[in-house]
This record gives sequence, C-alpha cells and structure tokens, in this order.
Amino acid sequence: MLYALLGGFGVAALAPWLHQLFGRHSGWALALWPATLFIYFASMLSGVNDGPVLVSHDWIPSLGIQLSFMVDGLSLLFALLISGIGVFIVAYAGRYLEQHQDVGRFYAILLAFMASMLGLVLSDNLISLFVFWELTSITSYLLIGFNHEDAAARRSALQGLFVTVGGGLALMTGLIMLAMVGGSYELSTLLGQGDVIREHAWYAPMLALILLGAFTKSAQFPFHFWLPNAMAAPTPVSAYLHSATMVKAGIYLLARLNPALGGSQLWLTVLGSVGAITLFIGIWLALRSTGIKKVLAYSTVMALGTLTMLIGLGTDIALSAAMAFLLAHSLYKGALFMIAGIIDHGTGSKDLRDTGGLFRAMPVTAVTASVAALSLAGVLPMFGFVAKELLFESVLSSAASWITLLVVAGTAMTVAVAALIGILPWYGKTAVTKRTPHEAPPALLAGPIVLATLGLLFGLFAPLVDERLLGAAVSAVAGNSVTPNLALWHGINVALGLSALTLALGLCLYFCRDQFRHYTRFTDTLAKAGPERGYDASISWLVKISAWQTRFFQSGYLRYYLLIILLTFMALVWTVMLIHWPALSMGIDLRGIQLHEYALVFVLVAAALAAARSESRLGAVASLGAVGFTVALLYVMFSAPDLGITQVLVETLTVILLVLVLFRLPGFLRLTSTALRLRDAMVASAVGITMTCLLLFAADARLYDSISHWHVAQSMPGGYGRNIVNVILVDFRALDTLGEIFVLALAATGVLAMIRLRAEDKSK
Amino acid sequence: MSTLLATAVGVLYATAIYLILRRSIVKLVIGLVLLSNAANLLIFTSSGLTRYAPPLIPEGSDTVLNGIVADPLAQALILTAIVIGFGVLAFAVVLIHRAYEVVKADDMDQMKDTDT
Amino acid sequence: MNMPKQPDSLILRVTGHFLLPLLIMFSLFLLLRGHNEPGGGFIGGLVASAAIALHLFFTDVQSARRLIWLDPRDLLGWGLSIAIASGVIAMFSGLPFLSALWTELTVPMFGMLKIGTPLMFDIGVYLVVIGTVLNILLSLAEAEEA
Repeated sequence: MLYALLGGFGVAALAPWLHQLFGRHSGWALALWPATLFIYFASMLSGVNDGPVLVSHDWIPSLGIQLSFMVDGLSLLFALLISGIGVFIVAYAGRYLEQHQDVGRFYAILLAFMASMLGLVLSDNLISLFVFWELTSITSYLLIGFNHEDAAARRSALQGLFVTVGGGLALMTGLIMLAMVGGSYELSTLLGQGDVIREHAWYAPMLALILLGAFTKSAQFPFHFWLPNAMAAPTPVSAYLHSATMVKAGIYLLARLNPALGGSQLWLTVLGSVGAITLFIGIWLALRSTGIKKVLAYSTVMALGTLTMLIGLGTDIALSAAMAFLLAHSLYKGALFMIAGIIDHGTGSKDLRDTGGLFRAMPVTAVTASVAALSLAGVLPMFGFVAKELLFESVLSSAASWITLLVVAGTAMTVAVAALIGILPWYGKTAVTKRTPHEAPPALLAGPIVLATLGLLFGLFAPLVDERLLGAAVSAVAGNSVTPNLALWHGINVALGLSALTLALGLCLYFCRDQFRHYTRFTDTLAKAGPERGYDASISWLVKISAWQTRFFQSGYLRYYLLIILLTFMALVWTVMLIHWPALSMGIDLRGIQLHEYALVFVLVAAALAAARSESRLGAVASLGAVGFTVALLYVMFSAPDLGITQVLVETLTVILLVLVLFRLPGFLRLTSTALRLRDAMVASAVGITMTCLLLFAADARLYDSISHWHVAQSMPGGYGRNIVNVILVDFRALDTLGEIFVLALAATGVLAMIRLRAEDKSK
Repeated sequence: MSTLLATAVGVLYATAIYLILRRSIVKLVIGLVLLSNAANLLIFTSSGLTRYAPPLIPEGSDTVLNGIVADPLAQALILTAIVIGFGVLAFAVVLIHRAYEVVKADDMDQMKDTDT
Repeated sequence: MNMPKQPDSLILRVTGHFLLPLLIMFSLFLLLRGHNEPGGGFIGGLVASAAIALHLFFTDVQSARRLIWLDPRDLLGWGLSIAIASGVIAMFSGLPFLSALWTELTVPMFGMLKIGTPLMFDIGVYLVVIGTVLNILLSLAEAEEA
C-alpha cells in the first residue's frame, strides 16, 4: 500500500526522463502506472465488504503521527475512479499535448497530483490526510498554471490556490480540534465516536472550520468562482480535476466524516442549503455560458452542490443517491471534458455557437458525446438515470420543500445543458470552423468511449454495481451496513413522473435557449458583483497594505531600522516590567564599594563618553582602548581571570585591526543637524536607562535556581579540571563552543572573500 | 557594587546606541565595539559580582569548592562572546571599508540602495 | 598608518626576534594548563596570534606567512576538523557526540598525565582562533602593502 502511494511520486519524478525515452508513445507508457494501480485496487474489491483494511507505518512516532491507510468501500470507490480515469487522462494527455515542449513536466505534475489524491482518499491519519490534501492544492496549482506564459492562467492558478489553501488552513485547525475531541488522529477510531463528538462544546466551531475547508475545495457557493476559472488548464487537467479528483476531495471529506460529524441539525441545515444553492447557481450559470468548457465547469458546480446536499440529508437513500451520483458524474464528466478537448483539437473552436454539424466529420466522437450527455441528462437506460431517480426519491422523502423545488428546476436545466453538449455541436447546420474537422485519434477517443460505455453498462446492470461497488461505499459513509438497492426500474412513482417532467421542461428550455438567455441577462450584473469581486478586492487590499508597510519599514536608512528596533525593544521590556511592577524592587546598594572601584567605573564612563564625543578618529580609538582595558580590570577584580586575559588580548588585536582599516577611511564629518543629534541622544539615553533599570531589577530577582552549582560541583569529578570556566567551554558545553568557533571561521572566511574580491576589482 | 556597574552599563549602552545612530560609518564601527563591551558587562553584572573567589579549584583539594564562588557559566559565555565580538567586528570593519571603496562616501545615507 | 616596508627600529627587531619564540611557547603553555589554571584554547590562541601580529610590525607579510608553515586558511580547516574529530571519537564508543573521554598516561619526567578528548577539542579551538585572527590581519596587511 505504501509502495502504491509513494511509488506514484517516484514515477512522477522519473516522468520527464521516461518521456524522453518513449517519445511520442510516452502517454501510453506512463498510463501503465495508473493501470497497475487500478488492477491492484480492483483486487481489493472482494474483501472490502468484510470491513476496512488498515495498514500502518510509523512516520513521526514522537508526535504520534503515523502514515496509516484505511481501505473501505468509500476510499476504494475513490481510488478506483482516480486510477481508472487516470489511465485515460494520461494517455489522452500524451496525444493532446504532443506538440507542447514541456510535456515531461506536465506528466510529472499530473502523476504527482494523482499520487497525492490517492494518498488523500486512503489516509487513515488526519495529519497525513491533511498533508495529502495540501499536496493536491499545490499540484493542481501547478497544473492549472501549466501554461505559465499566459497571464490569465497564472491568475486562475493563483486564485485556485488562495481559495483552497485558505480553506486548508481552516481545515487543519478543524481536524486538530476533531482529534482532540475524539482522542485520536486515526479516522478508523474517530468514526466510531460520533456521539461524543456531536455532544462536545467545540462541535459547532469545529464543524464550521472543517466545512470551510471542504467547501472551498469543492467549490461550494460562495467559493464556486475559482472552478470555472481553473479552465485555463490544459483540457486533460480539467477533465481529471472535475471528474474524479480535486473538487471531489471536499465531497470525499464530507462523506468520510459523515459518521463522526453528520446527523446533527446543524449539519443538515448547512449542507442541505449550501448544496442546494450551489446546485441551482451552478446550473444557472452553465446555461448562461457558451464556452464548451465553461458550460461543463458550471455543471460540475451543480453536481458538487447536489452531492453536498445529499450528504447533508444523510438518510440511507440520500447517501445511496450521493454515491451513485458521484460515480455517474465521474464517468460522464470525464468523457464530456475529453470530448470538449477533441472539439477544440479538431476544429479550433472553444465556443458552442461556433460549432454545428460535426457529426459528419467525426461520427464516433458525436455518438460518444451523445451517450455521455444522455447520462448527464439522466435518460432511461443510463446510470445517470438511476442516480437521478434516487436523488428525487431522497429529496421527496426528507428535504424541505424549497430545496425540492430547486432540485427539480436544476434538473430540468441540467437536461437543457446536456442537450447543449450532446446535440448542438453535432447535428444541424454545419458551422465553419478554423480547422477542417477530422475524427480524433484513438488515444483521444479511448477515454470518452470507455467512460461513456460504462455509463450505459452500469445503468443496465445497476444491481451488480450496487452489490460489488457501491454497497460498501454507502455503508462506509453511513457508518452502518446499508443496501442501496440500485435498480434501473423502480416502478411508476412520483420520482419517475418528475423525471419525465424535467425531461420535457429541459427540452423546451433547450429549444428556447436564446429567449432564455435574452430574458435572464440581468443576472450577469448580479454575477459581476458576486464573490469573485470580493476576492479581487481583498487581494488588491492585501497588495496595497503590504506595499505601504514595506515602504514604512524598509526605508533603506540604517538609523530608521535601528530606531524601530530600539523603540520596539523598549516598549516590550517596559511592558513586562510594568506588568510585574509591584513584585519588583530595585537592588540599589552602594555599601562596601572601595575607592579604587569608584575610580575605575569613573574612568570607564568618562572613556565611553569621550569615545562618543570625540571629533577625531585617533581620539575615539584611544578612548575605546581605555574602555576595553578598564573592563578587563573589572573582570579581574571580580573573580574572572580568564575573562580579563581574553579581554586584554582582544583589545590589543582590535586596536591593530582599527589601525589597519579605520585610518584609511575619511575623517569624522558632522553630517546631522543639532536637532537630530538631540533626538538620537534622547533615544540612546532612554535605552541606557532601560538597561540600567533592567539590571537593577534583575540583580534582586532570581526566579530560578542557577545551574552553575552543578557545573561547580561536577568540574573536578566529572570534567577532571580545576578551571571550571575552561571545563564548561571544552566539556560541559562543548557543542556551544563548537558552534562559536564555526562562527569565527565563517567571519574569517568572509573577510578573506571580501579582500579577494577587491583584489580582483583592482586587477581589472 | 552592582548598582554602580549597572549605571556604567547604562552609559555604555547609551553611548553605543548614539554612535550607531550616526551617519558616519566610522562612528558606527566605534559604536559596535562599545555595544559589545556593554553586552558582556551586562551579563557579567547580572550573574552576580563576587570578589576574590575565581571559579578555580585550588590544587590539592580534589573535592567540591566550599563557599561562594563566581558564576563560571556566565564567564564561559562572555569569554566566547569577547572572541566572537572580535570576529564580527573584523567582518564589519572590512565590509564597511569595502562599501566605502564602492560608494566613496563616509555617509550611511548613500548606502541605502541595494545595488551599491 | 603606513607600515614601513623596511623595519628601522633596532630595538623592536631585536626584542621581536627574542620575544616571538617565547610568546609562542607561552601560548602553548597557556593552552595546555588551561584545564586547571587560567588559560585555554581561546586565550592561548589569542596570545599566539598577538605574537605573530607583533612580528608583522617589524617585518613584512611574506616573512610573517613564512613563519607559520601553514596557510592561515588551512589552520581554520584543521582546527575545525580536530574539534569535530574529538567529538566523533566518543561516538565510536557508543556515547553521544562530544562526550569527554579520558585516559591516563605515564610520561617520564612529568609523571602521571591525564589526557582526554577535551584537550584535543581545546587544541582545535586554539588553531581556529589563530587561523581567524591571522587570516584577518594578514589579508588586511597584504591589501595595505599592495
């Protein structure tokens, strides 16, 4: 299992090289990897009805994070879709991007995305789930922005990234709260703790955070805007993102957590209403669009809304409907997107209005498209019909009436959208296209044909699908054993009546589409003021604020940086000191000071002031020397002979250094006005007073025992040395010293490099 | 005594800060030396001052020191800090010298562009 | 300050030649006794570098470079390597990096001597300090002469 997942990243890393090796057949060659995975996952199908399979590896044992995987009906359904559709996407991409120069890079990202997606649906640990979740965000960012020379593609990619990663941040918090409430990071444990989790005080905020993550990823209203923009990606990516992966990740998360979080009134209300609204807005915008990929993208928004709503309803039949709908949607949407790519590839047109009568030129594509569109419309023998019947039944039995109304209207409009895709480009008057239309090559057609045919076969053999595939998935979502009872024919009932009604309404809408567009123009203005506007505004504000704060903090003048740092430092120190004010006492004590000590400190202070006020370099350096040697004397007087010796030696060397360099710089100049000098003097005095106060307080307050006693006690028995300072340096804290001599060596190397640079400059 | 030294540390800090706030790069260097001394003396004073009791165990007595002894840990820290202070000072001095050769001005304000 | 190429101070030259070996020996003495008395790698290294800096004042850079048969850059490398090696030795005995190991040697004339990896570490420090100071001073002086 681990190899199946991590191997994907390995293959991704090798992909550019494999592409070189196989040349134009690399698509098929690389498709072997998802094909192998598909067979591997398919072999697990028979065992999955017996309960989840758990595999676990230690990852970060100290944090209790494991790389553990769980295979149950739900994750297996997703894994099969991801790897299965992946086969055709990779093969399709090989042909579709044949002319593109960066195909190797494309394969690498696509396969890495596939591996992340599989990791996401198979993870049992919340942390690894989250890591894979973010990996899908990042790789999909790279995929959407694949044509990075196109500004629109970059913008869309960044938009997708901001929205999904922003949601991801919320999700992480939510998942950590979930783990704290449920007492485990393992999903398999958490799923059995639904009652504890729902009763907990954190339930509402936790749910809000997790839903924010799922909704942004799955493009639910009001975050639906990024998905259609993601159409900037190459067509195989759109087909993959929309059918089986990326956007379904949010749905997967909702379905996965349903046993732990679902079933409450809050869950029902939020998911039901957000889902229904998304459904309606999605299909409305789809019907108003004319670009083929745009229409399909908005219909994906509709499907995602439907799925969210069904999971929110949470009844057995709603969950069955959700899983059936998910399967049906993955099949037809994958096929339709690839067909959109074929139209683009074969005719050069991306707009529905520019196409027509293509049946004559590309009959196989046309028939495939019609079959897939029938499934989208939910017409009788297709699997889409089965899913739609279940959708109607579940909505009729448990949803609020306004939701039912939205669903019925949405379904009728879906029929019209299906007709737009399945009829408009293929039949009727032949449109003039940029390129002469021709039938697509097998690599492009394989995916659509297989997926569309599966949509038909699954419909015809619905009970078999139920038993082998969906039963386990629905049980996993529900948290207990459920038999979905999929069947093509449920007898004559209300749902069938609604099906017929929506079909008729949809076809009417299709034929009156121009009038519909004309009379609904007003919604365009509404859409312009929509959430995307908010996104744009917040991004531009972000840029403005960061530009302002950069101008403010990054002035380029050293003294302003210093002033900001010093003022911040003083503010922080005084805040803490004032908070603890009552407990503090100044340890002022002038007893027992001898005369020579007074004299020494007087010399020190006088020398420091002289250094600051000196008008000549020699005077300043001499004053510095006086400061240094006085400090050395102080060290010696207060029992630090080692420090005294070191200080004297370093002081000597410092003077030599300054003599070598400083006197080759120009003399002192008076560069600032008296007012500025006064300001700096005030800041400097404030810092000095702060440090003095800090020291006086510190002298009187010892919060913790010193660890020096240990060093003193252990020096002889443990370190075999009588000079405790040296024992600390070379034995007790030798690692610190090692770091310090590395710093010294670095400083020397830096000096050497700078002087070398200068020598080279001069020799030029 | 620590009261007296605390005052001295304050003066050292004040002069150091005043100097590094100047536009003249030579004054910046002198300020850095003072700052390094101020910081060392700060640590030294805050660890407590002890007269005539260096952290040395007299020869012959293989056992633990009795009575008060100056804090050896602070001394070890300061010892390396003094030497590192020298290394950093050398680096800063050469860097400033190099910058001066390029900009040809003893003025920090003329070094604010990233490409000089 | 311009350093004269030809030293003209007889006193400085004579005392310099006389002092240099003494100072180097003193620095080694400080290094070796550092574990028990004031001294150690840092102080010993500083004394040695100060001695060579003194030499720099009455001769030129070339002769100062000849004086130390190693390039100061190599001193840095050797010092760091010796310090790290002294830590690695402990790892062969299954102890953590930089654990101190001691052994007793009987040397004629000195009697019993305790030597251990901390001494080796201190020698590394000694070399790095000399390397750092000399690298900086010599390359600056070289730039001066050029």
